[in-house]
Amino acid sequence: MPHFAKPAAGSWTEQYPELGTGPVNYEDSIDPAYYEAEREAIFKRTWLNVGRVELLPKTGSYFTKELAVADTSLILVRGRDQQIRAFHNVCRHRGNKLVWNDYPGEEVKGTCRQFTCKYHAWRYDLAGDLTFVQQEEEFFGLDKGEYGLKSVRCEIWEGFVFVNLDPDAQPLAEYLGEMAKGLEGYPFHEMTEVFTYKAEVGSNWKLFIDAFAEFYHAPVLHLKQAVKGEADKLFTIGFEALHYELHSPHSMISSWGGMSPPKDLNMVKPVERVLRSGLFGPWDRPDIAGLDTLPAGLNPARHRAWGSDSFEFFPNMTLLVWAPGWYLTYHYWPTAVDKHVFEANLYFAPARTARERLAQELAAVTFKEYALQDGNTLEATQTMLRSRAVMDFPLNDQEILLRHLHKVVGDYVKEHADAAD
Amino acid sequence: MLPTDFAALEPYGDWILENERDRYAKRLASSMEEMQAFYDAAFPLLEKAAAHLDEFVLHELPEAERNLLLLMFSLVNVSFPVEVWKQPRVPDSGAAYLDLVVEPRV
Repeated sequence: MPHFAKPAAGSWTEQYPELGTGPVNYEDSIDPAYYEAEREAIFKRTWLNVGRVELLPKTGSYFTKELAVADTSLILVRGRDQQIRAFHNVCRHRGNKLVWNDYPGEEVKGTCRQFTCKYHAWRYDLAGDLTFVQQEEEFFGLDKGEYGLKSVRCEIWEGFVFVNLDPDAQPLAEYLGEMAKGLEGYPFHEMTEVFTYKAEVGSNWKLFIDAFAEFYHAPVLHLKQAVKGEADKLFTIGFEALHYELHSPHSMISSWGGMSPPKDLNMVKPVERVLRSGLFGPWDRPDIAGLDTLPAGLNPARHRAWGSDSFEFFPNMTLLVWAPGWYLTYHYWPTAVDKHVFEANLYFAPARTARERLAQELAAVTFKEYALQDGNTLEATQTMLRSRAVMDFPLNDQEILLRHLHKVVGDYVKEHADAAD
Repeated sequence: MLPTDFAALEPYGDWILENERDRYAKRLASSMEEMQAFYDAAFPLLEKAAAHLDEFVLHELPEAERNLLLLMFSLVNVSFPVEVWKQPRVPDSGAAYLDLVVEPRV
């Protein structure tokens, strides 16, 4: 029996007839040729979030971002004019990787006045201009003005830094559209205490988005994380969202949040009772401006039981805002058809007391316990998809975001292939 | 090593670890008996520890207080094996790993 109202169409999915309701084919997660097509059609053409402005706090702050999926590495840097710019991480002289430490494949960060190539000491300023060439007189009429770093489109939305390898791409705000507009004004900039997790996961990137874009799995895979009586109840009830919304290519799911704080303290583990925190975050809202009146895009159903909204910004960013006043992001960076680097960031308002810091620690530790279960399940999924024993899978109404993701990916790939014909 | 009121936790000083990577590694390398003993000693003092630490400025904790906070981080980390899993590893997590590469300073 439904606990929350569904749209008049009868289901969330049937509101969007273009999605269909039939089984979905998962060849898109195992076919190497399809992966190559995705790289060209999606990752070299859409806006990709590479972090937040807080990573670049002052003049000369920089970090590198490995984009294996697009065969490049980028440098993000804050210039003297305070503008944040992105460049391909390649020296214009002979193509050496410009910024790296001991291991060329590892991302680095720091602060500098200029970038100097390790190979022949060519130097570039923070705006990417070539400023020094070793033994310049040995070259043949070299014009330094023509050999600045190769720049990449870089735009910022609400403090989130995005890049786009396509110089002709539409502006970021236009690409993010209505869904992002509805989040503007949320105090992301106040939540600067960060826990960053990374792992390489043996699955196609879309499978991990699938895992976080539905909560139908939660009462099953994560059953043992609740106390016994509560787990049994959750298993019987299953999961229903408060609201789903698609603004293609992006989408969102809005969910209830019974655990923060729980109605009955016996629902949660002893350590949660003492520290007043858990998976849904610290129960006590931080004392920062901007949480009393939420932007219109949050809790779109205006439900009193609201607990979290999870936004899927196509192609590979999840932004999850929790009712108690913190948020997290997931990024899924493909490295092969059956592999990706998963990155999760948990953002809290800075703790003012040890008690607040302990509550954040518990939320972070809890997040990791859940994510380990999710990550491992994906590797099991990938191996069995590869068997091709079964290729078409029925997705239910609580899995509408998955149906949408695979359709959008397919549309981008097809459109790109058609344009090339 | 620890504030006077928490002397009972001195035998568990090897759980005072600087970062989550070390705390998680120690958890995986410990037996359930070892973690249960640490939990049984530390959990009843968690509320008292939070109250004590809140008398100080978070980022200016004296060394003994900072040790106590780090010890309580370890308690949080072992609470899952003790309260839920009954084993050091997360069940069904196999070879999966997740490294905490940036965490707030204390």
